[in-house]
Amino acid sequence: MTGLAGVELGPSRIEDLAAGAWILGAGGGGNPYHSLLNLRAAMRDGFRPRVIPVDALGDNDMVAVVSTMGAPLVGEERLPDPAVAARPVEILAERLGRPFAAVMSLEIGGSNALQPFLVASRIGFPVVDADCMGRAFPEAQMTTFAIAGLRNYPFCLADIRDNVVIVERAASWKWQERLGRVAVTEVGSIAATAKAPRTGREIRNHAIHGSVTRALRIGAAIREARQQGADRVQAVLDAEGGLLLFTGKVRDIERRTTRGFLRGRAEIAGLGPDDGALLELHFQNEFAVAFRDGAPVGMTPEILCVVDSATGEALGTEVIAYGQRVRVIALDCPAALKTPVALESVGPRAFGFDLDFRPLFPESGP
Amino acid sequence: MTPSPSGPAPRSLRVGVDVGGTHTDAVLMRGRRVLREIKTATTADVTSGVATALLAVLDAVPPERAASRVVVGTTHFTNAVLTGSGLARVAAVRVGLPASASLPPFCDWPEGLRETVRGPVFQVAGGHECDGRPIAPLDEAAVRDAGRRIRETGLREVAVSAVFSPLDGSGEARAAALLREVHPRARITESRHLGRIGLLGRENAALLNASLRPLAARVAAAFRDAAEAGGAGDAPLFIARNDGTTARVEDAERFPVLSLSSGPTNSMTGAAFLSGRSGARDAVVVDVGGTTTDLGFLRSGFPREAPREVEIGGVRTLFRMPDLLSLALGGGSLVSGDGARVGPASVGFRLPEEGLVFGGSVRTATDCGVAAGRAEIGDPRRVRDLPEALIRRFGKTVRERITEAVDRMKPDARPCPLLVVGGGAFLVPRHVEGVSEVVTVPHAGVANAVGAAIARVGGEVDRVFHGTDRAEAFRRAEAEARQRALAAGADPDRLETVEREDLPLAYLPGGARRVRVRVVGDSAEGLSPRFGAGSPPAGST
Repeated sequence: MTGLAGVELGPSRIEDLAAGAWILGAGGGGNPYHSLLNLRAAMRDGFRPRVIPVDALGDNDMVAVVSTMGAPLVGEERLPDPAVAARPVEILAERLGRPFAAVMSLEIGGSNALQPFLVASRIGFPVVDADCMGRAFPEAQMTTFAIAGLRNYPFCLADIRDNVVIVERAASWKWQERLGRVAVTEVGSIAATAKAPRTGREIRNHAIHGSVTRALRIGAAIREARQQGADRVQAVLDAEGGLLLFTGKVRDIERRTTRGFLRGRAEIAGLGPDDGALLELHFQNEFAVAFRDGAPVGMTPEILCVVDSATGEALGTEVIAYGQRVRVIALDCPAALKTPVALESVGPRAFGFDLDFRPLFPESGP
Repeated sequence: MTPSPSGPAPRSLRVGVDVGGTHTDAVLMRGRRVLREIKTATTADVTSGVATALLAVLDAVPPERAASRVVVGTTHFTNAVLTGSGLARVAAVRVGLPASASLPPFCDWPEGLRETVRGPVFQVAGGHECDGRPIAPLDEAAVRDAGRRIRETGLREVAVSAVFSPLDGSGEARAAALLREVHPRARITESRHLGRIGLLGRENAALLNASLRPLAARVAAAFRDAAEAGGAGDAPLFIARNDGTTARVEDAERFPVLSLSSGPTNSMTGAAFLSGRSGARDAVVVDVGGTTTDLGFLRSGFPREAPREVEIGGVRTLFRMPDLLSLALGGGSLVSGDGARVGPASVGFRLPEEGLVFGGSVRTATDCGVAAGRAEIGDPRRVRDLPEALIRRFGKTVRERITEAVDRMKPDARPCPLLVVGGGAFLVPRHVEGVSEVVTVPHAGVANAVGAAIARVGGEVDRVFHGTDRAEAFRRAEAEARQRALAAGADPDRLETVEREDLPLAYLPGGARRVRVRVVGDSAEGLSPRFGAGSPPAGST
């Protein structure tokens, strides 16, 4: 194992991370509030989170890729717990017969951005400045590791009762997701997971680099704007080179659950510069495609966010409601998600929209 | 009891009392008519002020026509939480290990209030999964041990919570029973009686409730004494709740948090009643004060519930609180030189000295309203020189902010009435986009007391159903809500369902959906609710 020191994050930076991750959740990913409470407590007890760049990893260093898998509602009762988050990592390390050098998040959007820090608070690992979604997505095969065709096993899942499931082999990432879902449902629809371990080399070649830094940057922009009484949404756009897609108010909202996803659409009637126009925003856990007067103007995998104009708070697909004054913004996603192969997994067709991906950010790469 | 031949049924007189920080108001109503109204000073002992108000409204009412009920709304509980005074220390017992172990009770409380309220904290094994299976068997020995240790500290106030108790309350109920066995003097609040899914928010509501119970007992005793002294000792005594319904006083003693925000609620329902538009059922109510404008939405005559966590004294809670929106805009708001900014700074209660129309030197929203010819207050000559451009811009600023706030409170795009109350009511334009009619409510001074007098009896169910279709889930929820309304003293012939909504839940197996149904009715007359069956509050299972 290499000596990985990394950059230490103080308490205010952890708050930034949570705020930025919530924006990158694109309306999904789960609110990081409970994970943040855990980290505040751990830091009061002396935990010093450290972040290392991808380049600090040796080619053969092993990295654990972690997430919480399950239903957001269940996470409101069965709260995240660092000891449980660390469990699959401990088990996989035992199973592999060698220690991990670091830990990283599966998805930087939403509460999973904080998962590796929960693990680190128990085991003392540094957290790699990377993830494999660059945002939030609903399914495990929607990762750059899956897109690159990396090995998908062993996959480890642990619950609060010391139940551990290891998927020894799975025929594909989709199979791994299916097998994992069955196990998760059985242990109460929420579980801590460690996906297939990755080497430093695989992370260098196939992870999304700088994800933690990006979330921190967005969070800092929000914090500074708040302190200065400035426009928080504009601050995010400035920090990220994002686009203001639409300003309006929510006129109608429709939700339904099909095959385990919260799907639906929000209709936003234009105000001010967009007076007279209508934005239709479709979601599947996360916001997926935006149509302005019937024509697509923004789509997955680029990141669509709905922000409350009054409070500057990002609105999840579960809480968006009639009458809210909102701004719809678009942020770029990592270039790795926009290749033809990647678009098969994370482009509009993967979410059931018969559309060719048309980027808002053709130059790409935040 | 026989009806008096010359008048309506004797049990048709209702008294509403509102105990505020400075004033105690009371009204006497028969049917839809306000017969008497009185405003007195709130007294330090509470009892004498309420008794004075009751004596005044009941004066010369013949004894055979005694009031059928007295409903009191009070700000005692809110003030206690906001100031931290009068709160008791609370022991917490959470059932749910091995789940949620790292975030114990009180973990997200602000430091000051936590120091005041936090007593011993216990976490024990038990609780349920989202699909109803137990997480682990309830650790009865640990619960008993916790009860003994709480007893040894001398604490009586206890809050019990359990993981997923809104889905299956058996673990929470059993834990409470065991605690009572070993600590018979314990007063136990069970979280499922208060809140919905969301462990910390529900548990926080239970902790606050437990902390308020000694105060609630004192307040209830004061109200009983006052009713006696005020000549209403025979009338059933009710306390107004946050959701626009009433609780028997003995239930309110057990669940003071459910009466925490009855003030704004009674203000809304009272205003709707006084507007003569209470038949309209759905309306936005806007209350324009000196410094702020508060908005709420009445759905079928009841305040819509806040959809998310509500912070009380910095504590994130998740239970039935009205959905309110507050704007820093009122009659005393300062107006910028170009009229583009109104508020947030305000002269507040000093308006009668500092406003231009009163001879002062501060340009306030009231001055601009007078200059615009919207109100006749003070001396209009003193605002003659305000530039017309400023007045126009001021009008536009206020209209935009109020229009936007009203629209945010509406549930959908359909036009609905807007009811306007408060001293700054003239600031609200006569025509507001998306509003069918703007109704200014007359003599809103006693709206809170009227809201208390007319409050109804309700029963609510908010649960997740598995493996049933939508219609069946609604049917079962509705039947249960009716049972609760009846237990709370409602007249079975006059029950109506005022809320039905469901939300399909992502990821959960078996087509799970969360269903909420609320049934309300008038209190059964003749059958004094005092002698009715015990009333489980909404949310209990």
